[in-house]
Amino acid sequence: MHQSKLLETWVGVFVALGLVSLFFLAMQVSNLADVTRTSKGYRVSARFQNIGSLKVRAPVSMAGVRVGRVSGVRFDKVSYDAVVDLTIDSEFDTIPLDTTASILTQGLLGEQYVSLTPGAEDAYLKDGGKIDLTQSAMVLEQVISRFLFDKAEGGAAKSEAETGSADAEPAAPEAAKPAAAPAPATGAVQLPGASP
Amino acid sequence: MGDLFQRLGHLTLGGLRKLGRANFFMAHVLLGGLGGLLVRPRLLLSQIFFVGVLSVLIVGVSGLFVGMVLGLQGYYVLSDFGAEQTLGVMVAASLVRELGPVVTALLFSGRAGSALTAEIGLMKTTEQLAGMEMMAVDPLRRVVAPRFFAGVASMPLLAALFSMVGVMGGYFVGVGLLGVDDGAFWSQMKAKIDFYEDVVNGVIKSAVFGVIVTWIAVYEGYDAAPTAEGVSRATTRSVVYSAFAVLGWDFVLTALMFGDH
Repeated sequence: MHQSKLLETWVGVFVALGLVSLFFLAMQVSNLADVTRTSKGYRVSARFQNIGSLKVRAPVSMAGVRVGRVSGVRFDKVSYDAVVDLTIDSEFDTIPLDTTASILTQGLLGEQYVSLTPGAEDAYLKDGGKIDLTQSAMVLEQVISRFLFDKAEGGAAKSEAETGSADAEPAAPEAAKPAAAPAPATGAVQLPGASP
Repeated sequence: MGDLFQRLGHLTLGGLRKLGRANFFMAHVLLGGLGGLLVRPRLLLSQIFFVGVLSVLIVGVSGLFVGMVLGLQGYYVLSDFGAEQTLGVMVAASLVRELGPVVTALLFSGRAGSALTAEIGLMKTTEQLAGMEMMAVDPLRRVVAPRFFAGVASMPLLAALFSMVGVMGGYFVGVGLLGVDDGAFWSQMKAKIDFYEDVVNGVIKSAVFGVIVTWIAVYEGYDAAPTAEGVSRATTRSVVYSAFAVLGWDFVLTALMFGDH
């Protein structure tokens, strides 16, 4: 009888140890504590022209503090926009209607997240609401190509201007100008692309 | 040439026969064994002691060292990118998703599976199983079922223990020895490791491996040729087949669980 009691104790210790490990993995290693909090939230949606590589479950933050998560990413085949569903924790229920949502990147190579910049309106976002002011993700290739394009344009204009002055021809600077002028317009990546 | 084909056919049919026998065997254990265990839970308890409790030491120590190695190697690569703060994510993700279930299953088949095979095989060799049948005691219920269910119950617990101790080992090396920031280690880990995606899938994996390893172990023992050589071969086969099956199924499960991203 004594031995079976010992056996039971050891099995009990083993099972408790296993359950403690599972609990540790759930609470300390994974985000279960956050997930249960986020599930009690309200959903709002936002339209973006380009979401870059934003993923479901990416954080939604306001002033750098996480207030929710991205709960869904869809494509609208009529307007060719990306519709992003945001689940905001219910405790943050005073987000103004004219809040701007922008997709930013954590660090240089980090994950993309949605940042909310509050507006000034008195009415607040509710469940099923829409964020109208959005700013698309910055796609690194587009920025670099725009930069290079501007550089090339600028360089061309400059060299043209130089040759023009060398030839002492007064019309040359004016001829170079129209070439340089469209650069900002065509190269624009709709940076503060406040799409209505 | 005809001889070659005959041998191939013989091997194929033999393999299929064995697979069929193993399935009937398992159906019998599942149908008959569960009810029997409810009547006599003590059988299960003593087997959990032999299979689970006595494996805690090897699983815990291995987990600690695997976690510490992950900490060292991860730091080496991540510090090149100035990303050593994500060390916690790397250690925890590899442990919870892959190494925890897989390495535990391999250790478990070596520590517990081989013992189960040898025990049941020797019982068969010394005609204890036949003796039980003579007394109208079903050896599948009395001997095999408690061992099988003990293995299935122990594996997820052991794998969770392995992962936890491994994370601790990674923490010890990363934060204690290499100077990674304490807060960043845990907060990045918590931000990136998803409970359902990573932890629950890891537990499912370890449960599947528990079924596979214990099934192979008890079946190889039950199916062993009743000689000394037969038992030794069955023990070897049990460990080798378990390793194959665990690694193969790990690929399948990983592709199903994490394949889409």
